[in-house]
Amino acid sequence: MRIEVFYKNHNIDGRSKRLLSSLKTLVSPKVEDAAIADVYLTDFKDLTDKAAISIFSDNVAQRTLINDFVAGTNFLEDWNFAFEITYKPGVTDPVALTARKAIELETGKKLDRETRVQTARLFLIKTKILSPAELTALNKFLHNELIQVSTIINKKEWQDGARFPMIYDGKVAESSTEVQEIEIKELSDGDLVRLSKEMLLALTIDEMLAIKGYYAREDIQAVRAKNNLPLEPTDIELEMIAQTWSEHCKHKILNATINYHDGEHQETIKSLFKEYVKQTTDELAATRTYLRSVFHDDSGVIQFDEENLVCFKVETHNSPSALDPYGGSITGIVGVNRDIIGTGRGARPIFNTNVLCFGDPDTDPDSIPKGLLHPKQVMSGVHHGIIDGGNQSGIPVVAGAFIFDDSYVGKPLVFCGTGGIIPAKIHGKDAWVKTIEKGDNVVMLGGRIGKDGIHGATFSSLALDETSPTSAVQIGDPITQKKVLDFLMEARDKNLYKGGTDNGAGGLSSSLGELAEDSGGIKIELDKAPLKYAGLAPWQILVSESQERMSICVGDDTIEEFLALSKKRDVESNVIGKFTDSGFVELFYEEKMVGNLELEFLHKGLPEMKLKAVWDAPIRPEVKIEEKTSYNEDLCALLSDSTIASKEPLVRQYDHEVQAQSIVKPFVGEKADAPADGAVVKPVPTSNRGLTVTHGLAQRYSDLDAYSMAACGVDEAFRAHIALGGNPEIASALDNFCWPDPVKSETTPDGEYKLAQLVRACKGLKDTCLKYGIPLISGKDSMKNDANLAGKKVSVRPTLLISLMGIIDDVTKSMTTDFKKEGNLIYILGKTNGELGGTSYEKVSNTLYPNVPQLNADEALDLYKKLNKAITSEIVETTHDLADGGLAVALAESVLGSRIGATIDISQLTADSQLQELEILFCETPSRFIVEVAPQNKVAFEQALAGSYFAEIGKIAKNDKLVINNASKVIVDVTMNEIEKAWKKFEGTKESK
Amino acid sequence: MTVKACILTGYGINADIELTTAFKMAGAEAQRVHINDLIENPALLDEFHIAGFAGGFSFGDHLGSGLVYSHLFKKNLKAQLDKFVADGKIIIGICNGFQVLVKMGVLPNTKGDWTQEVSLIHNDSGLFQDQWVKVKYNQNSNCIWTQGLAEADLPIRHGEGKFITDNDEIKSYIVENNLGAIVYDGNPNGSELDIAGITDTTGRILGLMPHPEAFIYPQNHPKWHRTKSDKIDGIKLFENGVNYIKANFK
Repeated sequence: MRIEVFYKNHNIDGRSKRLLSSLKTLVSPKVEDAAIADVYLTDFKDLTDKAAISIFSDNVAQRTLINDFVAGTNFLEDWNFAFEITYKPGVTDPVALTARKAIELETGKKLDRETRVQTARLFLIKTKILSPAELTALNKFLHNELIQVSTIINKKEWQDGARFPMIYDGKVAESSTEVQEIEIKELSDGDLVRLSKEMLLALTIDEMLAIKGYYAREDIQAVRAKNNLPLEPTDIELEMIAQTWSEHCKHKILNATINYHDGEHQETIKSLFKEYVKQTTDELAATRTYLRSVFHDDSGVIQFDEENLVCFKVETHNSPSALDPYGGSITGIVGVNRDIIGTGRGARPIFNTNVLCFGDPDTDPDSIPKGLLHPKQVMSGVHHGIIDGGNQSGIPVVAGAFIFDDSYVGKPLVFCGTGGIIPAKIHGKDAWVKTIEKGDNVVMLGGRIGKDGIHGATFSSLALDETSPTSAVQIGDPITQKKVLDFLMEARDKNLYKGGTDNGAGGLSSSLGELAEDSGGIKIELDKAPLKYAGLAPWQILVSESQERMSICVGDDTIEEFLALSKKRDVESNVIGKFTDSGFVELFYEEKMVGNLELEFLHKGLPEMKLKAVWDAPIRPEVKIEEKTSYNEDLCALLSDSTIASKEPLVRQYDHEVQAQSIVKPFVGEKADAPADGAVVKPVPTSNRGLTVTHGLAQRYSDLDAYSMAACGVDEAFRAHIALGGNPEIASALDNFCWPDPVKSETTPDGEYKLAQLVRACKGLKDTCLKYGIPLISGKDSMKNDANLAGKKVSVRPTLLISLMGIIDDVTKSMTTDFKKEGNLIYILGKTNGELGGTSYEKVSNTLYPNVPQLNADEALDLYKKLNKAITSEIVETTHDLADGGLAVALAESVLGSRIGATIDISQLTADSQLQELEILFCETPSRFIVEVAPQNKVAFEQALAGSYFAEIGKIAKNDKLVINNASKVIVDVTMNEIEKAWKKFEGTKESK
Repeated sequence: MTVKACILTGYGINADIELTTAFKMAGAEAQRVHINDLIENPALLDEFHIAGFAGGFSFGDHLGSGLVYSHLFKKNLKAQLDKFVADGKIIIGICNGFQVLVKMGVLPNTKGDWTQEVSLIHNDSGLFQDQWVKVKYNQNSNCIWTQGLAEADLPIRHGEGKFITDNDEIKSYIVENNLGAIVYDGNPNGSELDIAGITDTTGRILGLMPHPEAFIYPQNHPKWHRTKSDKIDGIKLFENGVNYIKANFK
């Protein structure tokens, strides 16, 4: 049966209006009209026409055709092309899952796995004659050929009788369920490397040799003989080892032994993670007593108040987003949500963040290597994935950024974060502790397993090239996951399970391999896991990354109740094994053992990498700075810079206030269109204690020194926390490294320098966090952000994202960036040092400057504490931290938020600093703010800040503009309209699909 | 007396926790109830005075906003809800909850037979929109939820909020009987008659697209940092509901 549903008049459909305007601007102005119909197809015999109409259509707004075609009606009479887009077999189609459920509800009958329910979307397009290239562009715009199939019928073909199908053929090819034995015993080193590449294991020769050594061990051979396993590895064992040892999961580079050279200086670093990241937190643990669980669970956990804990995790989803931006980002966001659900005894997600980094939107399409998508396409898809992933899950996107940088044209960086809350105690036990014991049941729940996402973990540990496996791509289904979340929260509060973890990269192999460490072993029966379709090999079941699944540990005493509640909540749960203390991961398929791996070897048998890093500081010539008569143009260019400019039309498509906790929103001010420094949320209804959520990222500084990049990144996140009114003593951070491959090789001759940049970033991170007292509670790294396509290598700038979650003691004392009242005084806090190297000004002026912004953390911390005291004493009206674009941009933003105006005089700054006007206006010295103070609080404020650098630089004036003077010279004079126009000019916001 | 509110959850409803909080702040004893528990035991609804259909993305809005949830509810609980209304009890549906009430024909239900007469479709922009809007309450409406209220600032967060009527007859009926209880001051989505919320002929059922349950602290307001105003527009609707029950039930 084919069911077409469409609005009774296509002009009332907002979607088709939007589609038309996108087609006109992005494909061709020749397109004249567009209309959309939703198509459902099924071979289920017991569905009557009447029932189908009732299920699929809204009879007030829509019309339905059964086994007939809207293309043959006067819906859009003079169309020229009909495109029908459907998913390829095996790709998750959440709408089809709902349609299946709806048919079951209506008919009261259960559909078996073989019964097909499919969806498609039909586009009717009316256009003037299109060139073949335009037609291809149109087809490309309407679908992603990686996951979808497009069928095109033109008017002539239609008139000749061409029609769309009643059902789409095709199913996923069945794999043999036989387990293969892989011979490695006799293989040479070269053959081992070849095997690793052929099987997409992404293992190095050292690692392959370690595996060979494991199978040669006598004790292991004895165990294998006893279990009737071959002495050579089985395919499932190799796959499990490769997944567990992938860079994505084991962070081999951050754990490598590094010989670091900086001129004469040499040192050996045993592990960057242990000596820099973890050490930072360990040193701070004595004073930061609110830390609960750091670095070992699915997210970092801290105490929020007496009754509650909060947790935070940020993941990257770069490789999948490069290939399928929509699928990549939606699985990124729902995936990190699961990290929160899998934390401790199960936390509830309360906010999402996303920092999205793309190539420049103005990139010449011809310069994009074959096989890669244009940054605009990537942005559009990623944005859409975040919208669906966040909105449908009911988790507000509270903070984030869109960053544009030419180095991200190869791989976009998609950072997805989620924060959660959990009661401190559940049935009297600490909620951050999982207690998994021998004999407990292994339950997998949520979605079913298909071949989607196989090799995701190993694939993301490789550079992108033409051969990148498309099977690594998946689509998320937020609604299935929402049911899982609701069910688990209910089960948690009834004390029905002990803990769990998410099935993300590496699937069951990763989740169960980790949980097994708690009890000391596990037995998994792979045939007990429910499949989407027949024909998955046991190893595919183990490493599939099919979404929306959790692995949960349930004791024998509660298993019945757990499964009963799961059924009642329409969530599929299956017992697929038992936790043991055997010291082994035992893999069974249809009661036969197909794999057996020692836990110790699996988790600790990975040979350590030994690497060399050589730091050679780049030197740039001095640049003579010319005085200008006016800086209006420079300021407007900065306001329109793709990274700085307003993304409001994009951000407002995210739900940022569901859960009703939003206090400082993404946009603030008189017209709610000026930028906030970060978010403030109030997670507990009965308390005014709140959370701040901020970010720091300064990837351009890496061109000069990744140390400053990291230090300034930490400072940016922390000073935004301070600017929002956050408590300087309680802020925790997450570090997410996204690096180009830092291992020297033929394809990466500059690996030693890139590794030195990583070392320096870790030094900057540690030094700054220790000074500020900011523990690192969780983090992640992605080390292969390069693309090798058509002989052209594109590597990302070394990027460290700092995501900060802090405490604000009283949200009613939180601050925003918009100037509030005419006549109030404006101050700048913090010394200005004039560094322009790596800054936004450097980017827009296309001139390389030699000096990278330098952090003085001691001075900064002193200032932050004083400012916080002034804020909590309620003698400050407005705070805005100085970030991208420096003082002038910050002033323009605060003025825009006020819709009043301001008059500034920088002559005191010029006198104090001996800097040029241009440096004062646009340099990015960290640790600075502008603040607004009422005249009656002037004395108190200046007393509070005594000892730190501050200067009164102007007044809020009802002049509807921003005027900046240097004594008698007017150097900036821009009207409110000019500020608004420049800041809202960014074209990328108008082109999201 | 204890006013008891039943907040429906399940299958992608996601604004149920804050709706429960809002009713508690308004003085009710509010409880989240999974729709499957209600289907298993429909009489459970009798224990409540207020039914709250919260916002969210039930069944992902995949086949149309609120459509599948409305089928599920109507198929299993129509008689129970008819009794609930006949008993003089009250209902509020917000955003996805409003879409559910409309699609199962509970709003506006001018003929009393649960025929769908109006709809909520894709916004004119074709986009999901999160923004604050000003709404005005219809002073001639008999809706018990909006009595005594003049206007409010509330957030909207929807992609399918454009209100349309099936025909001119029902449109006139809505106008003449003042069923349009809440209208936008500045139409954000292309709704007919600027309608943000409607009531039924009894005035005891209200559905609206804006989210009063997301304005439950003064600081939720996007301009609070400028005004420092202590007003909380959202809570007033819920207080009206709770007070109505207190006045009419013992």
